[in-house]
Amino acid sequence: MHRSLRPWFLVALAAMLLGTLAPARAAETTPDTIKARGVLRVGVKFDAPPFGQLDPRTNKVDGFDIDIARAVAKTILGDENKIEFVGVTSANRIPQLQNGNIDLIIATMTITQARMQQIDFSNVYYRAGQSLLVRKDSPVKSYRDLAGRSVCTITGSTPEQTIRRVAPRATVIVLESYPECFTALRGGRVDAETTDNVLLFGLQQQDPANFKLTGGLFTFEPYGIGIAKGNRALAAAVNTTLTHIAGDGSYAKMHAKWLKESPPGDWRSWFAESPEKAAEQFATQFPSPSPAPAATR
Amino acid sequence: MHWSVLVDNAGALFAGLLITLEVSILSFVFSFAIGVVVAVLRVTPSRLLNRAGTAYVEFIRNVPLLVEIFFFYFALPSVGIRFDGFWSGVCGLSIYTGAFFAEAIRSGIFAVPSGQLEAAQASGLSYMQAMRFVVLPQAIAMTIPPIGNTTLNMIKNSSLVSTVSVADILGTANLLGGRTFAYTELLAGAALLYLVITIPAALGINFTERRLAIR
Repeated sequence: MHRSLRPWFLVALAAMLLGTLAPARAAETTPDTIKARGVLRVGVKFDAPPFGQLDPRTNKVDGFDIDIARAVAKTILGDENKIEFVGVTSANRIPQLQNGNIDLIIATMTITQARMQQIDFSNVYYRAGQSLLVRKDSPVKSYRDLAGRSVCTITGSTPEQTIRRVAPRATVIVLESYPECFTALRGGRVDAETTDNVLLFGLQQQDPANFKLTGGLFTFEPYGIGIAKGNRALAAAVNTTLTHIAGDGSYAKMHAKWLKESPPGDWRSWFAESPEKAAEQFATQFPSPSPAPAATR
Repeated sequence: MHWSVLVDNAGALFAGLLITLEVSILSFVFSFAIGVVVAVLRVTPSRLLNRAGTAYVEFIRNVPLLVEIFFFYFALPSVGIRFDGFWSGVCGLSIYTGAFFAEAIRSGIFAVPSGQLEAAQASGLSYMQAMRFVVLPQAIAMTIPPIGNTTLNMIKNSSLVSTVSVADILGTANLLGGRTFAYTELLAGAALLYLVITIPAALGINFTERRLAIR
């Protein structure tokens, strides 16, 4: 009797395992369900100053993206503090949105067509561009100088795919966070770090005497807020917020506070740019698909 | 579900499998050597060597493996020593797993009746010769089950090298996930690839245990 039960036990176990593999369908989160819950859950970076950084001493996060998130909470819940910040990485932010762990992604995310097949985006709220961070005495002046050199970036990001495209002869080192890459750069392990200029700026500020940005901007990266696919009510609330903070001057203040300068002259046009248009423009920069990750050790 | 992502990227995933194998085999060789040396240190009559062995085991096995790998990758360059991600991973895995092998083998050495060491020395072998030819072979044969456990853990722990830019099984799955967003499928595929290594390894361990048991 005992033995005959075993195959069934195994079948049940296998079914349970398969069940965990089935895609979890997150229930639709509308502004109303968020109100009922009383808290907006936002996926932000904890390790990407000046957009999102966690201070381990106070356990508080702050940054440009954090202020944007607070503005959205204010629109939906009437209180910019009714918000729960969830730390995400470039690699796990879209899965976390899809499985319902978070309501929004506000995490230095570039709007791309590939991502738009997975999730929806708000209008553009920032325009960054990919650049390089190097030691002050580095001979690297452009991504063209990276051939035969090593460059660090992070997994799941657009710069990771772009750098393989524009500098196919560079050794690409892929770590988990920008500060880790910066540590590798400081230790002389890599010749350069690449990601969006504003994030490199945040790192460079930690040691401005020894590091500099170089190579100009060789992409533009339109940032958008990620929303679960088809969630029009929440997208509308987010876009309303963006229009509002552009109009009442608070966006310009956030920009000046975190990026130490006023937004460029044409910044109002960013907010009018639909995600479809932004993704299309991003795609035209690089017509060919990014090469597959090389089987480096 | 987009299971075709596994077929489309079979080449990259297979390359990742080879790198996981490479890391695992190198780490096994180094950590086993460390394990034997440290186990012997812990049972030698010299008190100084005992303490050195104990210090190694307690220090290394009580620090998280990820911290040890990061130490090789991020901290050592500040004193001018640079291992790439692959060798940082192998070094971290080797010293960490070595501490566990040392404990397993030491327990085996204690299980060999002390009369054997004395008899071997009485018949003219030096302490090291007696260890090498009489005690250690029996100690290791007796401790195949814990050695096997530690080896399987080491193979699975090798996935941590993906955090220092090594495109092993997990690292490749993560990189492909960033392009295709099919994380669920890729992680399931990665799990299967680990099983491709660990199940034969487990069978090999069982086989070795049976063979060495018949004496």
